[in-house]
Amino acid sequence: MKRINRLMSFAIATCVAIGISTGGAMAQKRGGILKYIIPSNPPSADGHRETTFGTIHPFAQYYSVLIRINPSNPASTTDFRCDLCVGDVPKATNYGKRFTFKIRDDVKFHDGSKLTAKDIKASFDRIVNPPKGVLSARKAYFLMVDSISAPDDTTIVFDLKYPSGAFIPAVAMPYNFIYAKKLLDKDQHYYEKNVMGSGPFMFVEWQPGAFIKGKRNPNYYRKGQPYLDGTEAIFAKKQSINVQAIRGGRAYIQFRGFPPKSRDDLKKALGDKLTVQESDWNCVLMVTPNSKRKPFDDARVRRALSLAIDRWGGSKYLSKIAIVKTVGGVVFPGHPLAATKEELQKIPGFWPDIKQSRAEAKRLLKEAGVPEGFEFEFHNRGVDQPYKIVGTWLIDQWRQVGLKVKQRVQPSGPFYATLRKKKDFDVSMDFNCQSIVNPLLDVSKYLSSDVSGSSNGQYVDREVDEMFNKMNRSGDPVEQRKIMRAYETRVLDEKAWALPTLWWYRIIPHHAKVKGWKISPSHYLNLDLANVWLDE
Amino acid sequence: MYQYIIKRLLLVIPTLFGAAVLVFLLLRLIPGDICDMRLAGEGGLVDEETLNTCRAIMGIDKSLWLQFVDFIWGFIRFDLGISMWTGQPISYEIGLRFHLSLQVAIMATLSAIVISIPLGTISAIKQNTWIDYFVRAFSIAGIAIPSFWLGIIIILGLLITTQYFSGTPWMPPIQFKPIWEDPMHNLSQLLWPAIATGYRYSAVATRMTRSTLLEVLREDYVRTARAKGLLEKVIINRHALKNAMLPVVTVIGIEFAFLMGGLVVTEQVFNLNGLGKLFVEAVDHHDFTLTQALVMVVVTIFVFTNLIVDIFYAWLDPRIRYS
Repeated sequence: MKRINRLMSFAIATCVAIGISTGGAMAQKRGGILKYIIPSNPPSADGHRETTFGTIHPFAQYYSVLIRINPSNPASTTDFRCDLCVGDVPKATNYGKRFTFKIRDDVKFHDGSKLTAKDIKASFDRIVNPPKGVLSARKAYFLMVDSISAPDDTTIVFDLKYPSGAFIPAVAMPYNFIYAKKLLDKDQHYYEKNVMGSGPFMFVEWQPGAFIKGKRNPNYYRKGQPYLDGTEAIFAKKQSINVQAIRGGRAYIQFRGFPPKSRDDLKKALGDKLTVQESDWNCVLMVTPNSKRKPFDDARVRRALSLAIDRWGGSKYLSKIAIVKTVGGVVFPGHPLAATKEELQKIPGFWPDIKQSRAEAKRLLKEAGVPEGFEFEFHNRGVDQPYKIVGTWLIDQWRQVGLKVKQRVQPSGPFYATLRKKKDFDVSMDFNCQSIVNPLLDVSKYLSSDVSGSSNGQYVDREVDEMFNKMNRSGDPVEQRKIMRAYETRVLDEKAWALPTLWWYRIIPHHAKVKGWKISPSHYLNLDLANVWLDE
Repeated sequence: MYQYIIKRLLLVIPTLFGAAVLVFLLLRLIPGDICDMRLAGEGGLVDEETLNTCRAIMGIDKSLWLQFVDFIWGFIRFDLGISMWTGQPISYEIGLRFHLSLQVAIMATLSAIVISIPLGTISAIKQNTWIDYFVRAFSIAGIAIPSFWLGIIIILGLLITTQYFSGTPWMPPIQFKPIWEDPMHNLSQLLWPAIATGYRYSAVATRMTRSTLLEVLREDYVRTARAKGLLEKVIINRHALKNAMLPVVTVIGIEFAFLMGGLVVTEQVFNLNGLGKLFVEAVDHHDFTLTQALVMVVVTIFVFTNLIVDIFYAWLDPRIRYS
């Protein structure tokens, strides 16, 4: 019944979204240059190679992708739509192991050449099986892919090794830019420094560290779009300059996010000239105990660390000063595979009664032989939002169960080296940030350390690995959800390998004249800007 | 004089080599590498094989010795190499930003000279009067206030005052345009950082001018000049100021070299795409090749600025020239 209700509300939400977008189309104005800030500096223009939003924010607008999250309903985590394919996103055939996409035949690259299924095959080949010397940052997301073929110019077929619910979200990742085969054939590194796609905007100029300019693609295959004459992305890392640039009108929007204080300052300064969009964010800050170090090799101690954290209370106060808000488990809150509040509150550390939790934490610590006033080091990243703020809060939470915590803060480079390579930490801040919400793969963060490169707790738990494989090879959402609950219980309760704190919260204050853009649960999504227009 | 210059030029070689060894080793002491930053920095699923491919592409899987030889060999041939982060030639990355940094440095230096020499001179001449106290307070404040903080206050001040008076907040442009392309845009962007850095710079130079001038004014030859009945203006301009300028020139030279690569925070505050900002980003990204090249460029600028200052010294003071 719950599932039917969920489907009904999803259908209603989709209808409303479509209604709004159709209605809104009447008022869309053409023209203008969208000036926006990117708090990063892209390493290269190659989406297949990079992992930073610094590449997506400036370059997504120049490329098409095979499928994507619905730009009119980006808040949805499951509403995938065709970009280059025709009709709906295809359903799997051949016992869930084959996906056949029919491709539009009216798409042209910016140089005027026709985009065909061969270009899509060449692009995905480069992502799934990169040639020697070519980096593909998302190869690991496509382990289920057996082969890719393009039987004709308008058909692309993906054959999988096993049925996988993670495949479609992986294809919808915004980094999967479609490149021209002829250019890749000449030079696999061409796209690192050059831009030539089929997206709504055409590349004009890129001055590293300063700006990127684009202009409208007059031959864009979605008739009438884009609405803007062009875009101007300005690179500015410092948060204060981001806020001031929006306040002073040097930029209209920044697509990553601002802390609550900046939102309030901008609102105060600009009043009704400012619109604010907010959303849960597909990033979670978590605590990773080093299970090779005593006493954190004891599940009771790890569970006690989790039980000491008042997530529900913390959410209320931290959300006023930091970019965190929502309490959730291992899956992005709101996704059909995520635990409901009732399910979550059964897991130690998520109980609604913090007094009871802390009493249990103290009992477990005593039982494990951890003395009152036990001192350990908490390793954290030297970034204010939200790491240092949440870190300070965590230290206070642990103090309340009699633990004494010293914080070691390191800049990003040394932080990663400690967390991933040297592993010389007691308990560390860790995080799981993804672009598309793809829980079946996103939870690979919690696999055994010898299986997942992003798992840092130094534990081996074959039961967790097995559940992950089973879940990923199941085509049935009901079964996936059932296994996910068992997986979550194992990771957060029985073994307490990792302790999610709070999920991030995305706040985008922008000039009210920026219309058509809708916030999504990730700062990597919905950035082709085709539906954005300026009300001026 | 020529011998002096040649000697100074030969000293440049060991200085640069020492700096190269130091920066190369120090960078390798920082834990972490660019591939971790680049591929795993935002939490994606990246396997060890991909990370190793990245390390091979970047050349950081080679032995330290080979990496050092590559670096030095490139530097000898004036080939600064490729930035590990952007893949662009480092000479291109530096070239893009050099004229911005140079312009800010020149503007700050000019404003510092224009402010500091008259103020320092007046302060010395009017020692222990209210003018002197005012100039000293002004210069101590300039030394005490960090440039970046002053920069933030300038931007906020502009936003608040323009909003108050015109209803629309205004801030300086955050995109650079060369002065020959759009002088108004260029100056309205660079004037403020030049003021922010020039203030501190002028404060240092003002204090230096005042103290050295006071010292010179107590010299016997000044007393003799006064006894001869020379005009005070002539004594100050011709006899005292020229001699008092030696340490001031040193300060101005060192500050100028510092401004070329040292505005790491001020450039971020004003979002200036200059060498200082590039420096911070290179270190932040663990971009070894770019950081090494930038250090070497800044060291070279320092060395040659010092050389010019020394030559200028010799021009100002014949005793150096003839010794």
